[in-house]
Amino acid sequence: MRGALFPVLALALIGAGQAQAQTRATAIGDAERGAEIWMFCSGCHQIGPEAEISIGPPLNGIFGRRAATVADFPYSRSMTRMGRDGLTWTLDTLDAYIENPRVLVSGTRMSFDGLEDPRERADLLAFLRDFSDRPSNIPEAAPTARADLPRLSEDTLAIVGDRAYGEYLSSECTTCHQRDGSDQGIPSIVFWPQRDFVLAMHAYKQKLRPHPVMQMMAGRLSDEEIAALAAYFGTLTP
Amino acid sequence: MTLNRRSFIGTGLVLGAALSAPPLIGQARPRVVIVGGGAGGATAARYIAKDSQGAIDVTLIEPTRTYYTCFFSNLYIGGFRDLASIGHSYGTLAAQYGINVVHDWAVGVDRDGRTVTTAGGHVFPYDKLIVAPGIDFVEGSVPGWDISAQNRMPHSWKAGSQTQLLKAQVEGMRQGGLFCMVAPPDPFRCPPGPYERISMVAHVLRERNPTAKILIVDPKQSFSKQALFEEGWQKHYPGMIQRIGPDFGGNNVSVNPETMEVDIDGQVEKVDVCNVIPAQKAGRIAELAGLTGETGFCPIVPATMQSRMDEDIHVLGDATIAGDMPKSGFSANSHAKVAAMQVRAALTGSTAFPARYSNTCWSLIDTDDGVKVGASYAPTDEMIAKVDGFVSQTGEPADLRKLTYEESLGWYSGIVADMFG
Ligand SMILES: Cc1cc2nc3c(=O)[nH]c(=O)nc-3n(C[C@H](O)[C@H](O)[C@H](O)COP(=O)(O)OP(=O)(O)OC[C@H]3O[C@@H](n4cnc5c(N)ncnc54)[C@H](O)[C@@H]3O)c2cc1C
Repeated sequence: MRGALFPVLALALIGAGQAQAQTRATAIGDAERGAEIWMFCSGCHQIGPEAEISIGPPLNGIFGRRAATVADFPYSRSMTRMGRDGLTWTLDTLDAYIENPRVLVSGTRMSFDGLEDPRERADLLAFLRDFSDRPSNIPEAAPTARADLPRLSEDTLAIVGDRAYGEYLSSECTTCHQRDGSDQGIPSIVFWPQRDFVLAMHAYKQKLRPHPVMQMMAGRLSDEEIAALAAYFGTLTP
Repeated sequence: MTLNRRSFIGTGLVLGAALSAPPLIGQARPRVVIVGGGAGGATAARYIAKDSQGAIDVTLIEPTRTYYTCFFSNLYIGGFRDLASIGHSYGTLAAQYGINVVHDWAVGVDRDGRTVTTAGGHVFPYDKLIVAPGIDFVEGSVPGWDISAQNRMPHSWKAGSQTQLLKAQVEGMRQGGLFCMVAPPDPFRCPPGPYERISMVAHVLRERNPTAKILIVDPKQSFSKQALFEEGWQKHYPGMIQRIGPDFGGNNVSVNPETMEVDIDGQVEKVDVCNVIPAQKAGRIAELAGLTGETGFCPIVPATMQSRMDEDIHVLGDATIAGDMPKSGFSANSHAKVAAMQVRAALTGSTAFPARYSNTCWSLIDTDDGVKVGASYAPTDEMIAKVDGFVSQTGEPADLRKLTYEESLGWYSGIVADMFG
């Protein structure tokens, strides 16, 4: 086993010395089982006191770190953009990233299909958390409590988008995003797998992905509208 | 035409229903005429032509052969763009979308006969008319200034030769000279535009003429993105820019282009370059067509962009009273898509989805220091109302500001592709 088991059970958060509203925190997951899952990652990532850049960046101290900030690591354009937009690795953003990397960072270089099982993700996160500063050591560190995010139901994912409606709605996107897929300054949104598109838009809607314009635009799209846009942009002919 | 307006509208409705049936062989295609080929008009022309796939005959009347975008014209003044990069031709709209582009001025609209007449003497019949002429200036709004003085005191609020002129004047200003801007009262085209312009002028002067000064006389108490601009000016151009608001006479200004003097509430300043941005109203053709209200702008139906004066006419962009939406290229483009969909629905029976509007305005304060403000909007019965919005924050890190600037470059490519194909 690497590192101590994450000890949090019910942790009262003390902010800047004075007692604030008590936030109940539950253990993220089982770090020991997470260590086994880590085997999938360790081909590319190192962790621990000696960790260095390998195929991927080292993952020490990943919690609370701004995305794309390991010096000298050749990040993808997408990851760099997300980092500059303000993507910070927290329990929620890491969870979304590990579940399906491209949902959070469309053009990421990480060639990992994602972990579907929430428990496996939780265990892996518990393992990673052991290599970051912990609230038990630093009172002001981000809470380990999991925000109760509304996750996407299979029903939402199963909505078949109305392509014609999507085409109309797309005119709101193409004021900035180009239909031909060029991506200078503003990312390309065409030819995405529909599921990735849907998940990405919901990630903005739930404010997991940073960027105020996209949070606003996605924020007012209904589930059907997101599906319609995914259907349209996913099936454009070049 | 002897029919009165009311009975005419009645006939129009019946006609509309007949037209929504599949067109008969040999039957003339429904005709849409668009006056003004700017952010609103060009977008509307392209969307109607593209989405109706030839079922609608689209004529675009626009006097200029090259449209210089006002957006990014400040960046041209600042030296961040060249003039060619903000000029766009109508060639693709004609060649690829089959739009009849007529380079002429519309000089009259016969709403009963449903025709538009141009200065060249041509008459264009329409089933639906779209009016998107942008803005004109309110005469006498800055005493001492009129259009004959625009060479000595440029407005540069319509892009092209005026922008070139102002840039040349700024670059040629004597060392230690005074640049003055007479800022416009609300409502006007591009709320952050004057202050982005000040930033770009300061950028040029800091390099070429560091002892020069900038004076803004402003009738408005506050302005768009004020905290962001003031923070940026303090940081990049300390001591260079002074603004006189209404409390100190910024609302009581006259100019003398002959002597290059500006009178601010009785105090006369001699200036070297003077950018006068007068008060604004809808482009004159909107007024001639009887589409304007007391404010000088055109009231519209928020859900459709139809004129409140005539249901066969849609008005777009700066010429409209668009509720909470600012007068911007982004807004005009957004209006155009709603109108295009409504016009197609009326003429070909295609589906009309509910209207939705949005806007984002980026401004550049100095190299790689971009900021933005934006919102989404929805129609109510009375107006286009803001739903949600955001604005850049003061004190943001430099890398985020750079990203915001890069985003604006992407937006520019996006919107001109959306307008001109
Ligand atoms: C300095 C400056 C910076 C700006 N920056 C931005 C920005 O960064 N982002 C943004 O979104 N907006 C910006 N804007 C605002 C933007 O340019 C306008 O809001 C936008 O152009 C409005 O579109 P429109 O179609 O209403 O009018 P216009 O684009 O002005 O188009 C009107 C067209 O109608 C034509 N016309 C007029 N009368 C007639 C007639 N009688 N017959 C035929 N044609 C006629 C004109 O020639 C013109 O081409 C800026 C404006 C300025 C001045």
